[in-house]
Amino acid sequence: MTRQRFLEVPSGRLHDLERRLFLKRSLSLGAVSLLSGCSLTDNETVQKVLHAMSRWNDRVQGAIFDPQRLAPTYPASAIARPFPFNAFYREDEAPEVDGEAFRLELAGLVRDRRPWSLAELNALPQSSQITRHVCVEGWSAIGQWGGVPFRTFLERVGADLTARYVGFKCADDYYTSIDMATALHPQTLLALRFGDRVLPRSYGFPMKLRMPTKLGFKNPKHIMAIYVTNMYPGGYWEDQGYNWFSGL
Amino acid sequence: MAAPADRAGPNPPARRLKVHPLPVRVTHWLNVAAIAVMVFSGWRIYDASPLFGFRFPAGVTLGGWLAGALQWHFAAMWLLVANGLVYVAYGIFSGHYWKSFFPIRFGAVLAAFANAVHGRLPHTVGVYNPLQRLAYVGILVVLVLIVLSGLSIWKPVQFQFLAGLVGGYEGARQVHFFAMAAIVAFVFVHTAMVAIVPKTFLPMWTGYARRQPEEGP
Repeated sequence: MTRQRFLEVPSGRLHDLERRLFLKRSLSLGAVSLLSGCSLTDNETVQKVLHAMSRWNDRVQGAIFDPQRLAPTYPASAIARPFPFNAFYREDEAPEVDGEAFRLELAGLVRDRRPWSLAELNALPQSSQITRHVCVEGWSAIGQWGGVPFRTFLERVGADLTARYVGFKCADDYYTSIDMATALHPQTLLALRFGDRVLPRSYGFPMKLRMPTKLGFKNPKHIMAIYVTNMYPGGYWEDQGYNWFSGL
Repeated sequence: MAAPADRAGPNPPARRLKVHPLPVRVTHWLNVAAIAVMVFSGWRIYDASPLFGFRFPAGVTLGGWLAGALQWHFAAMWLLVANGLVYVAYGIFSGHYWKSFFPIRFGAVLAAFANAVHGRLPHTVGVYNPLQRLAYVGILVVLVLIVLSGLSIWKPVQFQFLAGLVGGYEGARQVHFFAMAAIVAFVFVHTAMVAIVPKTFLPMWTGYARRQPEEGP
């Protein structure tokens, strides 16, 4: 993975669409109410309306999001055992990353882009949380994650904290992005541990971004590179129609 | 009980009675569309992680896959809530609720239920019988519950106080499911009643019902 690749992600396009369709919002409500039936989901106009409503919901969720409101935390006895594995591939297909050779890459609006080793990340201030992971499918499970508060890390590397997005590239070719407000939330963790173990391969070794304020699929595993940008980066599931903000 | 006053104008058609005001008719049919989209897309969302030991057949769901169903669900929720707020505001400020649905007396509900069980469905144009009153007020409560539990599932962190009232995130999923089941049951009974008393169908479009001599005030 090269640094250049990260910044080639087409941006603007979605937001142009968003702007064009923004005025149609009131019409879209009427359209949705008049239409029914399964085949309609494939209709191009319906797709545009649903897409515009999803972008509208991104805005609403951004407005609802309280940067200081903490997700509920739970006692250790509430932790789900075993904690469910979930990905777009089987558990034995999870990527194997060499922890010794691993270097976290940084790109975009970051002052110090020096790559980070796991030892260096473990030397930063650590925090841990027992919170509920909520999957977009509906199920939920309580787990315990430990690692570096993401705000601490972003401040340490001199990230532009006024930028709009933080994007992630993963060893399993997964990618996603989040809003800066959530990146700076006190419970957003660059997780290096699950429970009191090193984060196992199934749960995202060498690191995952743990956010109890977002749906599970927004929490990337096997992170290889992090970039800060003002250009909408999208995501693996988001580009297929799942809501981008997906806050809890 | 006297039928509601005819609000058609100073010289209304003598044999026609206005039974459903325009705001009620508009919000009723918008609600039908919103509920249909919410229920059919909701079934698809349920299927992604069934709470109970069954799935809804894909053929009766909306959205094609989970992402599509979620898009429909989170688009139609705005129609459901906006339309519901208009309806509730109208019901309160016009006096429609108090005039049409209250009082609901326990004894009268029991008597009406006994009548219905025996196949007697006395219907006076423009007046809701006690069982209808209970059903229409009850479904309103269920709709409030399904919106509050839905908000708790959507935002269990931001609206955690609300989620706490319905048993947290997992509790909210259960409440949301059973409220859906209550709505579906209501829709079945409601449409069955319209099928049994078909003259009630057209007035929900036109607003007017034909006044029958023996039913007039």
